Amino acid sequence: MPNSIRGAAAIVGASLAGLGEAPGRTSEDIAIEASYKALAEAGLTTQDVDAVFGSLPGDCTPLSGLLMAEIMGIRPKFTDNNRTGGSTFLSYTLMAAMALKEGLCDTALIFYGSNQRSNTGKLVSSVRPFLYEAFYNPVFPATSYALAASRHMHQYGTTREQLASVAVAARQWANMNPEAFMRGPLSVSDVLNSRMVSSPFTVRDCCLVTDGGAALVMVSAKRAKDFPKKPVYLLGAAAATTHMNIMAMADLTETAAKDSGQRAFQMAGMKPADVDVVELYDAFTINAILFLEDLGFCKKGEGGSFVASGAIAPGGSLPVNTNGGGLSCVHPGMYGMFTLVEGVRQLRGECGERQVKNAQVALCHGNGGVLSSQITNILGSEATL
Amino acid sequence: MSAIQDAVFNGPGPDRVYQEYLGKGELRIQRCGDCGKQVFYPRLTCTGCGSIKLAWVCPSGRGTVYAVSIVNRRTEKGGPYNVVLVDLAEGARMMGRVDGVDNEQVKIGMAVKAKIDSSGKAPFVVFDPA
Repeated sequence: MPNSIRGAAAIVGASLAGLGEAPGRTSEDIAIEASYKALAEAGLTTQDVDAVFGSLPGDCTPLSGLLMAEIMGIRPKFTDNNRTGGSTFLSYTLMAAMALKEGLCDTALIFYGSNQRSNTGKLVSSVRPFLYEAFYNPVFPATSYALAASRHMHQYGTTREQLASVAVAARQWANMNPEAFMRGPLSVSDVLNSRMVSSPFTVRDCCLVTDGGAALVMVSAKRAKDFPKKPVYLLGAAAATTHMNIMAMADLTETAAKDSGQRAFQMAGMKPADVDVVELYDAFTINAILFLEDLGFCKKGEGGSFVASGAIAPGGSLPVNTNGGGLSCVHPGMYGMFTLVEGVRQLRGECGERQVKNAQVALCHGNGGVLSSQITNILGSEATL
Repeated sequence: MSAIQDAVFNGPGPDRVYQEYLGKGELRIQRCGDCGKQVFYPRLTCTGCGSIKLAWVCPSGRGTVYAVSIVNRRTEKGGPYNVVLVDLAEGARMMGRVDGVDNEQVKIGMAVKAKIDSSGKAPFVVFDPA
């Protein structure tokens, strides 16, 4: 029996804001600009919103669901501030779809904004150092991911060059995206010869530190065609977590994406071969390799050779991170939201030079913590319903 | 059941007990009385079966490096150092640092032995090559 959430809700507005650097502006300002623009795209205003889902950086103090609703003058029937790290937005879409389908709300706004680059120049995280790791001064979060990379290299012979090819592919996509923060040539040797951060990662294996925000507007499928833009439907969504701290991750070469991906595909009634474009959370180069394996786009242990073959770069067999990803486009701290906006734009056919021809199905994948939370969304055009 | 619950949920919690053992120069980890799983870091419930019958035991301290990264700290701040995950012979995994050997010599699969570093504010576990 097909899952009743499949196709029950659609994204009818999607916008970015403050990409790269937005000096003098608060995280709220950036999130509100994105929200205003996403609503305007749908012919709506803040006054039409009756459900709010979102996050701001360091979210422990300013309960951002309340703060954002207050600033925008919204009195939501449904507010969700769930935090699973940068993956969290891909659970907001699922929660919004459920609430919309059940008629608990009519118009859901999902928001994110961060001024971390202009404000502090470094990653702003709400994660506190963990007592049993802090003694060893791991760089948060790079060292945790580096440990996973070291294990993948040991177990499967993955090389630094293969890791670097993820960053190179991302840059090639970014070079076709006028909104990307880092553009220009980047070679495998450029990546390898950049400043080492936490081996095997150089700074070019690590995501950017930028400002930026994004917003989505979701409505039930019944109303989805009443808006100016082509609706993009949520066909499948699933979340899985395995740990919080890297020392508690049982197998550093296999993530919960295996589980979230399987269940999301099951809900969508699809398989990896049905996907036209993949947007995944590339906090570090190893992420792309792990997630492509765990989501079923290549076999476990073969992710390194898969990415080094050029498969994920422009012109390859599987377009991945077509905006340039967290590595070259934007990374304000919680990148998950940007996988969704790029997925929506690809399915609407709005991506210009980097547009994937006839894209009908996008897989968006969020990662949170240190490979801790994995959430998969499968988006589809009207033709996929 | 209630007697067991009293013992576990009263008095100092597992973090405090662990630190008190380390302060006396002893590395202790927890072993589940129901399923036998060895657990680290200190907790109230077994991650294998959910039991609260976790008892403090002395591991051999022998382990194997599971993963390694060298943090490239600037020379003026003390230079590079290694961060490892170590699988103890008994099964639990700890984060740590391998002392007494060049960072480049710290490899996955190498045998190590735990020791307690008491040089700082609070004692903590590091490893030597075994």
